[in-house]
Amino acid sequence: MSNNNLSVISLVSLGEHPTSRRPRRAEQDARAIELGIKLVGDNLQTLHAGELSDDASQQTALRSYLGMGLAEIKLLEMPADADAVLVIADYLKQQKTDIILTGVRAENGESSGMLPYLLAEQLGMAMVTSIADILSIDEVNKQAEVLQALPRGQRRKLKVDLPFIASVDMAAALPRQSAFGPAMRGQFETTLGGTFTDEESSDWQIVDAKKRPKRLKIIKAKTAADRFKAATAKASGGGGKVVYGVEESAQAILDLLIEEGLI
Amino acid sequence: MSELFRRDPRAQWIARNRLHPLHQALVIGPVFGPSGLLRKNLHLIGFIGPNGLKRIDRSGASNNSEQGSRRSATASEVILPLHQVVEPAFYIVVVLDLVSGRLNSHDKDTLGLAQQLANRNSGGGAVVAIAFGELKDDSLDKAGVDRLIHINDEQYADYNPEQRCNDLQGIIAELEPQHILLPDSINGGGDLGRRLAAALQQRPACGVWKLNDDTVICRGSAGKRDITRPLSKLLLVMEECSEPISETRHENSLMSQAPSPLTNGKLLDQGNISVDPNAIPLAEAGFILSGGNGINDWEQFHHTASVLGATEGASRVAVDDGNMPRERQVGATGTWVTAQVYIAVGISGAIQHMQGIGQCDKVVAINTDEGCDMVKRADISAIGDSTEILARLVELVEQRKQIKQTINGGATNE
Repeated sequence: MSNNNLSVISLVSLGEHPTSRRPRRAEQDARAIELGIKLVGDNLQTLHAGELSDDASQQTALRSYLGMGLAEIKLLEMPADADAVLVIADYLKQQKTDIILTGVRAENGESSGMLPYLLAEQLGMAMVTSIADILSIDEVNKQAEVLQALPRGQRRKLKVDLPFIASVDMAAALPRQSAFGPAMRGQFETTLGGTFTDEESSDWQIVDAKKRPKRLKIIKAKTAADRFKAATAKASGGGGKVVYGVEESAQAILDLLIEEGLI
Repeated sequence: MSELFRRDPRAQWIARNRLHPLHQALVIGPVFGPSGLLRKNLHLIGFIGPNGLKRIDRSGASNNSEQGSRRSATASEVILPLHQVVEPAFYIVVVLDLVSGRLNSHDKDTLGLAQQLANRNSGGGAVVAIAFGELKDDSLDKAGVDRLIHINDEQYADYNPEQRCNDLQGIIAELEPQHILLPDSINGGGDLGRRLAAALQQRPACGVWKLNDDTVICRGSAGKRDITRPLSKLLLVMEECSEPISETRHENSLMSQAPSPLTNGKLLDQGNISVDPNAIPLAEAGFILSGGNGINDWEQFHHTASVLGATEGASRVAVDDGNMPRERQVGATGTWVTAQVYIAVGISGAIQHMQGIGQCDKVVAINTDEGCDMVKRADISAIGDSTEILARLVELVEQRKQIKQTINGGATNE
C-alpha cells in the first residue's frame, strides 16, 4: 500500500508474560506495530508513556519493539503509576494523526481497556475495537475499511471516517520477530510528559489472581427424595437418535444442520 | 381435570365401617383406634415387587393408590412467586447483549448481580433491562427483569455502537440509575460499556467477578491480578459474577422511551464477510466435520467439508496415519473444541477424544459400529457406510443450494 502522506501512530506498553511474569513486548501492541508497518512502512511512529528504567530487563521489553525494525520510539516520561491517558492525549492534540493503533487492553496494571476510548473521546475521533486488519484507506473521502474480529472466527467489515483510533485484536497478523541488533541500535526520543497521578487507584488492594471458584450445580429440590435422585442419578444419554440407512441418515443430518442455521 | 376436590360419601362410609367387605381396599391412611391412638396397617403399605418381595417406595413417584388419585388435582407446573416493585426507590440499569435476540448465560448472570444490587441494604430498587434490536426471548421475567426498555429499529440489526451509546446516555439522564451494568463480553457489551464510560466520564470497574458489601473484586492485568476496589457506578461484569435468578418471577413491564434522534456515526457496518472455515482456529470454530479411522476416501471428506462450510478436524489416529495435519487433532492431546455442531465421521470415540468434544452442543456420529462410545454420546447417530452417507449428504445440500439460487434468481428477475 502506498500511504506515504498518512500519519500512523502506534501506542505501545510494557507487556508481562502470564506465567513467568517476565517483562516482554505486549502481544497486542506488537500486532498493532505489525499492522502499522504494513500500512506505512518506515513512517510508522511509536509512542510510549512511562519511564525508561535503568533496569536492563525493563529496557529489553521496550527495546523488543525497536527490534521489529523501528528507528525510534517516542518516550513521554512520566512515573510508572501515573495516568497515561492525559499525557498521551496532551501529546496527540499537538499532532496531526490519521490512525492511532493500540492493543485491546494492557497486560499490566488495571488493564481496563479504557485508554483508546478515552483518547477517542478527548480527541474527537472515531473508535473501532478489536480489529484484525485494515483493508483499504481512501484518502480522498477520508474513509477506511477495517476488518473487525468477532467471536467464533467471524469477521465484520466496517467503514470508518479518518482520523480514527483502532485497538488491535489477537486475531490480527502475527508480529514479526524482534531482532537483537536493531533493538540495541534503536533510539528513544525522550520528552517530559508531565505527571497526572491516579489518586483513585492508590487505595485499591491488588493481589495475585486466585483461581475462581467453580460454580456449583445447585439442586433446588423440594423433597429429600428429589435431592437424592439428583445426587445419584446418572446423566441420561439424552435420547440420542439412531438412524439406519443412507437416505434417512443424510436427511436427518441435513435437518439438524438446517435447524441449527448452518446451511 | 377439575381442580375441585370431590367427596365420595359412599367410599367414606365404607372407610368408616370396618366390617364392610370393601373396607380393607379403601383404607390405607392412618386410622385412629378406639383409644385415640394412631393405628397404621403395615400390611397395606407398599407393593409386591417382581421377585415376590415387598417393596416400599417412599419417593411418591409411583404412588398410584387412592391417596394419589384423591390428590391428583394438584397443579403440575410450579408458578414462581412474583417479585414486584411498585414504586422503585432507585434503578439499576442492565444493558443486555442478546446474541441473536436471546439471553445468554452472561446476560443472566449480569441480571442476577443487578438484582443483588437492587435488593441489598433496604432494597426497593428496580432492575431496568435495555434491549437493542430484535428480542426473541420470552423468559425475561424469569431472568430478573423488573422493567424493560426495548429499542428496536431497522438500524439496530447492524453494529451501531455510537447510536446505542447516545440512546443509553438519554436513558441514564432520565432514570438517574444507581448502577449501570454491562456484560464485559466480546459480543458488544464490553465495547458499548467502555464507550459509555468515556462519554459519561465515569471510571468503570472492568472485569468484575465478585460483589462484596461495598467493594467489588475485578480481574486486572489481563487476568493475572485481582483488584479489590470500591463499588463504582458503571460495572462491566464477567461471566459467573453472580448466580442467575431462578426462584422468583419479575414484572418485566415495558417502559416507554422517547426515541432519541438518530445521529450519523463515524462507523458504518458493511456486514459480515465470509471467512474460509479452515482459517478459523479449531478451538473457536462453530461447525466442525471431523474424520477418523473409519474414513477411506479423504478426498471426499475434504469435498464434503467445503460444501458444508465446516472446519475440518480429525481424531488422533487420522493424524498419526498422516491423513490430516497435527493442528487439526481434536481431543485431550489436541484441541479442545467448543463447536455448536460436531460431526464425527468414522470416529469410535476414545476417551481423550470425548473429553475434547465435551463442550460441543450437538454431536452427530456417522459410524458402522452401533455400540461405540461416540454413538452413545451423539444426538444423532447414522449407522452405515460413511462414504455413502457423506455422498448423499453432499447431494442433498447441493440440491438445496440450487433451489435457493433459483428462488433468489427468480426474485431478482422480477
